[in-house]
Amino acid sequence: MAHASPPSSEADTPPTSRPWERKERHIAPLLFKILALGVVVGIAFALTPTLLGQERWGMLAAIWAITGVLLATYATGRGLPAKYLVPGTLLLVMFVVYPIVMTAQLSTTNFGDGTRGTKEETVAQIIGSSVVQDPDAPRYNLTVGTQGSPTTGPFAFFLVDPTTGEAFLGTAEGLEPADDEVTVTDGFVREAEGYTILSPTEVNDAGPELAEFTVPTDDGAIRQLGISQAFEGRTTLQYDEDADTITDVRTDTVYTVQQRGDREFFIDDQGSRVSDQSWRANVGLDNYKRIFTDERISSDFIRIFIWTLMFALLSVGTTFILGLVLAEVFNEPRMRGQKIYRALLILPYAIPGFISLLLWASFFNRDFGLINETLGLNINWFGDPTLAKVAVLLTNLWMGFPYMFLVCTGALQSISTDLKEAASLDGASGFAGFRHVTFPMLLVAVAPLLVSSFAFNFNNFNAIYLLTEGGPFTPENPTAGGTDILISYTIRLAFGAGGAQIGFASAVSVLLFVITGIIAAAQFRATRALEDVN
Amino acid sequence: MSKLVRNLAAGLAVAFMVTACGGGGAESTGNGGEAADEPTAESSGAPERGDADLVIWTDALKIDAVKTVADAFGETNGITVAVQAVSSELQTNFVTANSANNGPDVVVGAHDWIGNLVQNGAIDPLQLTPDQLSGYSEKAVQSTTYDGQLYGVPYGIEALGLYRNTEVVKDEPKTLDDAIAAGEAAKKAGDVKSALNLPVGDLGDAYHMHPLYTSMGGYLFGVTPEGDHDPNDLGVGSPGSVEAAKKIAELGEKGQGVLRRSVSGDNSIALFTGGDAAFLISGPWALNDIRESGIEYAVQPVPGFAGEEPAEPFMGAQAFMVASNGQNKAFAQEFVSTGVNNEEAMTQLYEGTKLPPSMTSVQEAIGGDDPDIALFAEAANQAQPMPAIPAMAAVWEPLGKAYSAIVGGADPEKTMKDTGRTIAEAIGKS
Repeated sequence: MAHASPPSSEADTPPTSRPWERKERHIAPLLFKILALGVVVGIAFALTPTLLGQERWGMLAAIWAITGVLLATYATGRGLPAKYLVPGTLLLVMFVVYPIVMTAQLSTTNFGDGTRGTKEETVAQIIGSSVVQDPDAPRYNLTVGTQGSPTTGPFAFFLVDPTTGEAFLGTAEGLEPADDEVTVTDGFVREAEGYTILSPTEVNDAGPELAEFTVPTDDGAIRQLGISQAFEGRTTLQYDEDADTITDVRTDTVYTVQQRGDREFFIDDQGSRVSDQSWRANVGLDNYKRIFTDERISSDFIRIFIWTLMFALLSVGTTFILGLVLAEVFNEPRMRGQKIYRALLILPYAIPGFISLLLWASFFNRDFGLINETLGLNINWFGDPTLAKVAVLLTNLWMGFPYMFLVCTGALQSISTDLKEAASLDGASGFAGFRHVTFPMLLVAVAPLLVSSFAFNFNNFNAIYLLTEGGPFTPENPTAGGTDILISYTIRLAFGAGGAQIGFASAVSVLLFVITGIIAAAQFRATRALEDVN
Repeated sequence: MSKLVRNLAAGLAVAFMVTACGGGGAESTGNGGEAADEPTAESSGAPERGDADLVIWTDALKIDAVKTVADAFGETNGITVAVQAVSSELQTNFVTANSANNGPDVVVGAHDWIGNLVQNGAIDPLQLTPDQLSGYSEKAVQSTTYDGQLYGVPYGIEALGLYRNTEVVKDEPKTLDDAIAAGEAAKKAGDVKSALNLPVGDLGDAYHMHPLYTSMGGYLFGVTPEGDHDPNDLGVGSPGSVEAAKKIAELGEKGQGVLRRSVSGDNSIALFTGGDAAFLISGPWALNDIRESGIEYAVQPVPGFAGEEPAEPFMGAQAFMVASNGQNKAFAQEFVSTGVNNEEAMTQLYEGTKLPPSMTSVQEAIGGDDPDIALFAEAANQAQPMPAIPAMAAVWEPLGKAYSAIVGGADPEKTMKDTGRTIAEAIGKS
C-alpha cells in the first residue's frame, strides 16, 4: 500500500531527545553565558588588590556581593523569575536606592562650603597656612640630600645664600656652614660627601615627608618652597590637642571651639574667628527642622509647591490635549501629505531642549524679542509673575506636544477600526464616539506615560531655570521667584547665599523625593481603575 | 560533574584568563574606586586627574595661554605638564575634586574665589618675597592677599570701562551725565536705539551697576584697619546706597529710560557691535568682538556723575593658585613661584589672553602697542578689588535683584533698605 504509515518509532521520537542535537542547539548561549560571567568575576578579581590597597572595604564587599548574586542567578538552572528580575533590581539598587541612601546620610550632616573636611584636616590646614616668612632672612637656593632612602629620609637641606654664595647644611639640629664638603655650581649645591642628592622628581615624590622636615633657627624654621627654594618663617598658630585650643604665638590670643549656627569655629574671647574654615559634623534632623521652622523657607514652600503641582498638571494637560487633537486629525486615512505634516510637527521634539529653551528665553525679551516685535506688543513677559508663568507654560507646550502627538498616534492606530464602525452603526459617531469608545481605550495605553510626564515636569529644572531662572523676584523676597518650582528653589537655597549647603540641600531633596513618590504612587493607584476597561 | 560545578569551573577559568590579560590595567582602575562616604568629582565638567607631573586646571578661554607658559616650565625642568580646561563651574568642581584628593595641583581663577577657597581649605598660601611683590601693581597684590597671606600670583587685572561709538558721539564725555546726555541726543536723532548699554536683565547685575553705585557714595563692606573687608559693616541700606538707588531709579524705566531690564548680559555687547548703542559699559573681554565688528570706538575709564565721587568699578584679578591636596605640591609651588612669576611668562599670558597685565613692567611695555589695553589697565588700577570674603556670596543675587526692581520702577529707598536687611540676615545665618 502506498499510504502505509511509516514505522512508528521514528514518528514518535520527539526531535529534541537526541543528545548531540540537544547540545548543539544550546552551545552558543552557553558560551555567551560563560563569557559574561567570566568577565564579571574577572572584574571583581582585578579590582580586589587595588581596593585592598586603598582599604575601601565597603566597595570591596559590594563588588563581591554583586558578583555573588549574578553567579547564583545565572550559573544554576533554577530560579527562572530571578533571571529576569535580577539585572533590573541590581541597577535599581545601584543607581536609585544607593544614591537615595547616600543623600539621606548627607542630610544629617552640615556638609557644605566651609565644612568640607574632618576636624583633624581643618586644624592641620589652619596651622599649616599660618606660616609667615621672615622678610629679612635670605631666600636660599635649595638642594635636598639624604643619607638614607630618597622617599623617607632622613633628609638634609643644602642651602646656598644667593647674595653671598655661602653654602649651609641644614639638619634637624640646625644650620651649619658647609663650604668644605660640598660642590656649588651655578648657585646650587650639586654634590655633597656622604649624601645622595635628590632629583627634582624625587623631591616632588617625597612630598608629605619633606614638607614636615624643617631646619630650626632662632626665629623660626627654614622650610622647603617648591623644588629649588627654601625660606625662613615661623608658624604663628599652635594647636594644643589636649585643651583643644589654637594659640597665636605673636599675640598670645587663645582660640577655643565654639558653636556658631550649625558648625563650630575657633573663636577668641573677643568673638573673632581664627579662620572661616570649619569641619563636617553630624547635626541629626536639624536640616529637616529648618525647612519647616525657618520663616523664609516655610512661607514660600507652600506657594511654590502649589505652583509646581499646577505647572506639572497644566504642562501635561495642554501638551496631551494638543497632541491628541493633532493625532486624531491626522489619523484620517483620506488626508493627503500626512507624512510631511507629521515630520514637521515632530521637529520641536528633535531640537535639543537646552537650545530651544535659550532661544525661547530671548523671544520673550520685552524690547528686542521676536514675539513682541512680530506681534507689535509691548508685553513685559518675564517681568510680571502671571505673564512669566504663561510664558513658561507656552514654551513647555511647544516643546512637549510632539511627544504626546507621537504617543497618541501610536495608541490610536492600535485601536481596531471595527469598534469605531460598530459604534457609529449604533449612532455614536463623531465626538460622542470618540468620547465613549476611543478615548477610554486610548487612556489605558497612555496613562502610564501621562504619569511619568507629570513626574518629569514636576522636577523640570531646565525649563524654569533656562527661561526665567525662577524669576521674577520682588526685592522683599529675592530667594523665591514667581516661576520657581520646588527644585529650582532648592538649588538656590542650597547653592546661593552663604555658599553651598549640601547637607541642607540633601534634606530638601529627600523631602522632594517623598512628595514626588507619594504623588506618583497615588496616580498609579488611580490608573488601575482603567485596567477594568479591557 | 553536575551542571552547576561545570559552569562555575568554566566561568572561573575564563575569569582568571581575563584577570591575567587585564592585570596591567589594575593600576588605572584605582581612580575609579572613590570612597562611598565622600562626594566624588562627578560634576559634568571635571576631567580625570591624569598622571602628569603637574596638572593645571583653567577655563576654556585661557587654556592656550596657560599651556604656553606651562610647557615652557615643563621643558626647563624636564617634567610632564597637563593643562586641562573645565568649561563651567570651575570653582565648584575644583573644591569638590580637591577634597576628594582627585584635584589638580594648580588652579587658575578669579581672586574673589579666594575667600571661599580658604574657607574650604582648598588652597595653600604662597611665599613670594616683598621684592618680587613690588613688581606687581598694588591693587593686584591687595586682591590676592587674604587674612594676611598671599594666596595667588595675579597675572591679569580687569575692570569695567566705558566704550564710546565715535561715529555717533564725537567728544569724550567728562562725566557720566555728559555721556548720557550725548547718548540721548544721538537716540533722538535716530542714530542709535539705546543711549547707554548697561546690562541689567530681569535678575539684575550688581557687577556692572557698581561704578554708578560707588559714584553716588554707596559701598558694600567697610574695611578694617588691616585692609580686610568686614562682613559686619554692610553698606547696603546705608544713606549712600539709598542715594545711588534714587539716581538709578531716575535713569530707569519709569524715569529717563536709559537703564532697561531688556538689556542684559546676553545682548548688551551685541547691540553695541551692531551699531545700536552710543555707549557701552563693559570690560576688556568685549574688545575682540568690538574690533571685529568694525565699529569706530574709543575707550575710557568709567567717569563719575557730575558733582559726585569718582566711579570705582570692581577690579577682578586672575591668578594662579596652589591646591592644598594636589599630588605634586612641590612642583606646584615651584611653578607658581618661579615659572609664572617672571616677566617672560607674564608677557606670554598677556599675549594669549589680552588681559591687562598686573606686572608693572609688562604694563609699561605694552603701553605703546595697544592703547586700549593700557586704558583698561589704568581703569583697573583705579578700581577697588572685589571683596573676596565668603559673605560676598550673599550679596550678588539680592543686590542684583534689587537693582532690577529699582530699574523697573520700585521704590528705591524701601528696596535698598529691604535688600540690606535680607543680606544681613543671610550673612548672619552663615
